[in-house]
Amino acid sequence: MTADTVAAAAATPDREQPHGALGLTDAERDSIGALLGRRPTDSELAIYSVMWSEHCSYKSSRLHLRQFAEKAPPSPALLAGIGGNAGVVDIGQGYAVTFKIESHNHPSYVEPFQGAATGVGGIVRDILAMGARPVAVMDALRFGPPDAADTRRVVAGVVSGISFYGNCLGLPNIGGELTFDPCYAGNPLVNTLCLGVMRHADLKLAAASGPGNKVVLLGSPTGPDGIGGASVLASASFGAGQAGGDGAGGGQTRSDQPGGERAKRPSVQVGDPFMEKLLIECCLELYAAGVVVAIQDLGAAGIACATTELAAAGKVGMAVALDAVPLRDSGLTPPEILMSESQERMMAVTEPAALATFLGICARWDVPATVIGEVTGTGRLEMTWYGDPVVDIPPGSAAEGPLYDRPRCRPAGQDALAADDPAALARPAGGGLAGGELAGGELAGDLLAVLGSAAGADKAWVTEQYDRYVRGNTVLAMPHDAGVLRIDEQTCLGVAIATDGNGRFCQLDPYAGTQLALAEAYRNVAAAGARPLAVTNCLNFGSPEDPEVMWQFAESVRGLADACLELGVPVTGGNVSFYNQTGGRAIQPTPVVGVLGVIEDVRRRLPSGFAAPGEAIVLLGQTAAEFGGSLWAQARHGHLGGRPPAVDLPAERRLAAVLAQAADRGLLSAAHDLSDGGLALALAECCLIGGSGAAGVAAGSGVGATVTLPGDPFTLLFSESAARAVAVTRSGAGAEFADLAAGQGVPAVVLGSTGGPALEVTGLFSIPLADLGDAYRRTLPALFG
Amino acid sequence: MGVVTFPGSLDDADACRAVARAGARPVPLWHGDRDLRGVDAVILPGGFSYGDYLRCGAIARFAPLMAELVPAARAGLPVLGICNGFQILCEAHLLPGALTRNAGLHFVCRDVRVRIENNRTCWTAGYAAGEVVTLVLKSGEGAYQADQATLAELEGSGRIVARYADGNPNGSAGAVAGIASAAGTVVGLMPHPEHAIEALTGPGTDGMRFFTSILASATT
Repeated sequence: MTADTVAAAAATPDREQPHGALGLTDAERDSIGALLGRRPTDSELAIYSVMWSEHCSYKSSRLHLRQFAEKAPPSPALLAGIGGNAGVVDIGQGYAVTFKIESHNHPSYVEPFQGAATGVGGIVRDILAMGARPVAVMDALRFGPPDAADTRRVVAGVVSGISFYGNCLGLPNIGGELTFDPCYAGNPLVNTLCLGVMRHADLKLAAASGPGNKVVLLGSPTGPDGIGGASVLASASFGAGQAGGDGAGGGQTRSDQPGGERAKRPSVQVGDPFMEKLLIECCLELYAAGVVVAIQDLGAAGIACATTELAAAGKVGMAVALDAVPLRDSGLTPPEILMSESQERMMAVTEPAALATFLGICARWDVPATVIGEVTGTGRLEMTWYGDPVVDIPPGSAAEGPLYDRPRCRPAGQDALAADDPAALARPAGGGLAGGELAGGELAGDLLAVLGSAAGADKAWVTEQYDRYVRGNTVLAMPHDAGVLRIDEQTCLGVAIATDGNGRFCQLDPYAGTQLALAEAYRNVAAAGARPLAVTNCLNFGSPEDPEVMWQFAESVRGLADACLELGVPVTGGNVSFYNQTGGRAIQPTPVVGVLGVIEDVRRRLPSGFAAPGEAIVLLGQTAAEFGGSLWAQARHGHLGGRPPAVDLPAERRLAAVLAQAADRGLLSAAHDLSDGGLALALAECCLIGGSGAAGVAAGSGVGATVTLPGDPFTLLFSESAARAVAVTRSGAGAEFADLAAGQGVPAVVLGSTGGPALEVTGLFSIPLADLGDAYRRTLPALFG
Repeated sequence: MGVVTFPGSLDDADACRAVARAGARPVPLWHGDRDLRGVDAVILPGGFSYGDYLRCGAIARFAPLMAELVPAARAGLPVLGICNGFQILCEAHLLPGALTRNAGLHFVCRDVRVRIENNRTCWTAGYAAGEVVTLVLKSGEGAYQADQATLAELEGSGRIVARYADGNPNGSAGAVAGIASAAGTVVGLMPHPEHAIEALTGPGTDGMRFFTSILASATT
């Protein structure tokens, strides 16, 4: 097979190339020509098209993301920050953890099962490439209206895809999110987080070094899957009529790759979790044997990305024989080999003297491994195809990519949205005894409506499809506020991790909404008894070419960077997903924020459910009448308008300090943060999760409660004011806890006590646990079977 | 006590932890070695050996180690197959029947209550007959199936070791959660006892006695 060579490119400067179909603008094509001093070869064009895609280059977002470094709070815990495959955080005792969250939104809409499955695979390889053993995953999912037929297709596919891949990989799924909103109907969000653990000394950097060192490709052979996924699928909007509700048949396809007209092919990859499991164990054994100089995972943009980034980061050259790449389809052309996003592959650099040991370990794990090139001192990335040079570029030019300052514009409807105050919405009647009967019937009705809404309801239908026990270190998992994992079996050192995001708040105010997402994740980690340490994020937005979306993005990033500084938790890395829109309609701006905390002794973790009867329930924090973007407004009125709850980061910090210290001193038996659905949903969840063992959920029969509301019942039950939590004091610890809260200046009011067969709000209503549980548990099974 | 690692085994580390906490020495056994390393008992752990390709357990059955294990088990070596291990024991014909796709077709991860129906095996001697314990079920193909004659034979000879106590989470015939060989030395169990050995990381400690039972049996 002949390929477009460097010599041919020099000889035929005017040959037409399909740069537009590959997602490059005319200006970008011209810059490539200027960089190389000639037209690119087809292979080079393939490399630049994927590397300069929005997905790989962050060309529209980099300018803004700099704030995460510029405003980073000083933190001794940060061992490797933004720029590596994932940030690395020191958690003490010689351990470091690395964590990152990444989107796989577009593939998960086109082909939900494989899209979601390979999303898990991709983030796990990111973590593995840092030198860490992946130990847990979480997923943050957002879908269209729960009762829409297409939502059922997407939900069933995504959940079974994550279940299929994550379970087979042997990684516990310890938490996440599940929400529904019409804005995600044509563009679901599938964000997957992975956590890895290593000893400090084991940190691997993705920078090639040492001319003469061998470049080894290991894992699955390269096939014609996912070609152009980064440039065509993840970096463009869905057309209004594309990728409709007809399953895989709606996939975006392309037939105009350089190298000739070929059959239309799906841009979504196909996952093999078994090979990934072997790859994990194989790589960990390679690390232990000390035979890895550098390593990088192959994700978006495949070999094109791994070679350019390894060489660019190490400021070295690399010579690669593309014909040495093992193929699943012998008809693949060099550009296709470069762009293929076949899963379960890694690229490593090893010294020649270590090569035999390296290949021996791969053979033991039945992982195919092939030397495809070597590190050079030329500073150039050179590739050949059966001896003919087809690529000769400075790797930095591909790895760096263009940088755009996109126009931004405050959305035209922003003020009208803010003015649409939820204060005008009809509220339930309540308060006072009427003729000896409890008079809170309407309040109880609203509570059950919020509890039974798809966003408020029990997520067990999803989480029961995920293995949360494997590896034996899961201390808390769903439905608790945060996932808690034991890291050291002897010392009981552990970590807590939570992800949160609220597109509704961000639609009302992206700056405040993003800060609220961070505050909620931070609070969730604290409510589990841990000290928040570091932040990752997955920023899901519409098209950056839309100035209104770009304004939302800039506001969101500025809000997150400011809040991270204020809370003292640095951003260690993240991911940007643009073009989340169908036709001209963007999703709500949806930054998903993950917070990682450390807990010195996981035996002191705080579960979210009431543990035992007869303990005092304390409301922490200040409640104001804040209903803008609330779950009550959505579930009861389908309303979105007004202002999101006020952000008070110093109050969040004080609340977290109280919770972590109280956990340390053993004062509490449970704690639960207040967020969507306010105190109403929190109390109901505390009752229903109550009585369950550690990581278990099924054993719990629930623990009731009787509370008295010290103020307007409606506001106290459904307001979503931030910086609040409920805490349950162990018997005898009430006074010490009250002192602790007072010392930190955190308002604390005893609402009542745990126990009894119902959730009773004195003078208003009493809902038997069975009815509460029925409203909570029946929703998702009824929707999705 | 040997714990076998096949490519795709996942709960091998958990099984080793349970063995160690029971007071025995876990001995890792590698699928490719034809060597049982002199162990007194063997655990086939959960996971997705060989990716569950073809059929759960169907490829693992042909691993070199199994060529040693199968005759040893027939000769009386105690073997406990958990989840995927149970599937492998069925594929290797050390136990009758098969594990099929769950009723409902979803993977199920849930704490389940299980009744110990037979406490005369070397793996269940530490339980009272009829005792109800909480273990962890996590499987997609956990529905036990066998023909009527086999089920009748299992029932009649007391070879049903454990049964789901609250409903039937996966549609198993007769709500069977675990069975034993005729000699009672080879036991297959769908729920995981190794995930119920400490309250911190599981639903309790009910699973521990599978491991202490075999230790007591091996040392007397």
